[in-house]
Amino acid sequence: MTNVFQNYKAFLIAGVVAVVALLSSVVIVPETHQGVVVQAGKPVRVINQFRPDVPYGQTGAGIELRVPFLEQVQMIDRRVLDLDMERQQVLSNDQQRLQVDAYARYRIIDPVKLVERAGTERQLEAQLLPILTSVLRQELGRVPFSALINAERGTAMVNITRTLDAQARNYGAQVLDVRIKAADLPEGRPLDAAFTRMQTDREEEATTIRAAGQRDAQIIQAEAQAEAARIYADAYGKDPQFYDFYRAMQSYRKTFLQGEGESTMVLSEDSEYFRQFKGQR
Amino acid sequence: MDGWRERFGTGLKGLAMAGKNNPWGGGDKPGADGPSGDGGSGGGSGDGPRNPWLPGGNEPGKRRSASIEDIFKNRGPEGPRRAGGGGGPGFRLPERPGGKSWLPIIIGGVALAWVAVTSFHFVQPGEEAVVTWFGGKYSHSLESGTNITAPWPVHMVEKENVTQIRSEEVPGTNTEKLILTGDQNLVDLSYLIRWNISDLSLYKYQLNDPRNALLEIGEAAMRAAVARQKLDSVLTGAGRAEIEQDVRAAMQARLDAYRSGISVQGIEINKVDPPSRVEEAFKDVSSAQQDADAAINRSRAVAQQVLARAQGDAREFNDIYAEYRLAPEVTRRRLYYETMEQILSKTDKTIVEGGNVTPYLPLPELRRRAQQAPQPQQGE
Repeated sequence: MTNVFQNYKAFLIAGVVAVVALLSSVVIVPETHQGVVVQAGKPVRVINQFRPDVPYGQTGAGIELRVPFLEQVQMIDRRVLDLDMERQQVLSNDQQRLQVDAYARYRIIDPVKLVERAGTERQLEAQLLPILTSVLRQELGRVPFSALINAERGTAMVNITRTLDAQARNYGAQVLDVRIKAADLPEGRPLDAAFTRMQTDREEEATTIRAAGQRDAQIIQAEAQAEAARIYADAYGKDPQFYDFYRAMQSYRKTFLQGEGESTMVLSEDSEYFRQFKGQR
Repeated sequence: MDGWRERFGTGLKGLAMAGKNNPWGGGDKPGADGPSGDGGSGGGSGDGPRNPWLPGGNEPGKRRSASIEDIFKNRGPEGPRRAGGGGGPGFRLPERPGGKSWLPIIIGGVALAWVAVTSFHFVQPGEEAVVTWFGGKYSHSLESGTNITAPWPVHMVEKENVTQIRSEEVPGTNTEKLILTGDQNLVDLSYLIRWNISDLSLYKYQLNDPRNALLEIGEAAMRAAVARQKLDSVLTGAGRAEIEQDVRAAMQARLDAYRSGISVQGIEINKVDPPSRVEEAFKDVSSAQQDADAAINRSRAVAQQVLARAQGDAREFNDIYAEYRLAPEVTRRRLYYETMEQILSKTDKTIVEGGNVTPYLPLPELRRRAQQAPQPQQGE
């Protein structure tokens, strides 16, 4: 066995050296990244640079050669990246406050510029964030509050995207869009005021509903009374005199028979009731 | 090296003998190869069945306990450890009987297994896979089924379920997400995004964090859609279908613009509530509605009563009037007398004759009697 190693020692060493040389001169660029070949701190070429509408498999990703030790390859993301802004308080042009949460999506289209001017993606992000914040404040500050919370923020978002894009292109990035994720009322007084307004709004509604119910109830009763009056008039109107008599009889019965206290009557003999009593006629 | 080979060879021979020589008997078969080597084989020598687990020896029947010397004899630097195949400075690969190395065969076998394991890919139904050259250049996609690719580092395969509908609940459980409506009210809303992967290679290579992008786009779209509605239409559910439609369309448009390879299957609004701080006021509105309905019901009842009463009275009058019309005078008198009879039978009567007598009304007495009157009733 030892002779095997000894016999082929030269081959083995040569093989190892070849593998090491190959590994250090070969770089595998995945589809998700673009490789910037840096020679002595200076970018010289780009592997798999982003070009739109090139199908995967023909993009230039994969195995590439480089000069070992002389050329370094820096991987720069090729995908759409996310720039997430922290919540910012924005003042609308009618002096109302709003908490705005926004994001931008961008893609590095010129990695050489990025490497030269920003260095890495992280540094680019650090450069872009304050720009996004200030552009957002500036543009949204021109818009009234009602338009701020509305989805159609009009030209504001277009302007923000355009301004940020112009800045980002200096670093080799292209801004695809800027969106407002959330626009909220700030905690504290503005939020409390909104809640109070909602509450009073509901209270008004509740009171209105109750009052309307009361009104409807009254109308229903009034209509019923009117209908009853019409029925009475229809019936009694046929003979008012008889009604007078009949109702009087009813009334007598009610007052004398159903009353609590005992009644004493003082009757005159001239009374109609005693007409026969006198033996007249 | 030579010594080791000898040892190995004899060991092999001993094993072969163990195979031929049944340890459970038959050892006394004539012509059987007796144990000749020093390998310590378990060949029995004629005392019937014997326990094969007992240490072998040349003196069956008489079990010999291993002496310390025996043990250490085998444990020395020249001991069986070298034969055991462990590492060490003197490690040698075993050789084939022909004198050639096993190495190519082992390497070949491993390589074959490697190729077999890493070249066949069983993609489950609903799954797809992307294949890349050395993890770099995209090669092709695999559909479900059995696929063959080049072995591992050459072709790297990443499988992903593409038909499975994933759902993202926003926000997580038990958190309040307040969203401003178009009329500057707040609403507490939670929703579900259902999505799947429509194009695996785009999904893998276009966005750096597709799920996060999906959630952010969803939130922006949802807030925009709610801001287009008034609070009431959001709360009552009248605008709900419209919101869901809007959000889905807006999300899909954004995701397509990024060429994200994501397909939004649907948005479902789970819960729409007023904010907890003003919930009472909202509940009061619905109770106000109940109150109003109750008031209306009550007055309907009273109205029915009044009407029924009127109808009854009218009917009564009409009936009697019909009779009265047949014989007016008699009916009138009858009614009069009947009424008087009832009344006067129940009352104290004083009849005053003549028109010029001023009757003295014993009012105090009347009052007393009136007061006394309830007392006997109580006594009874």
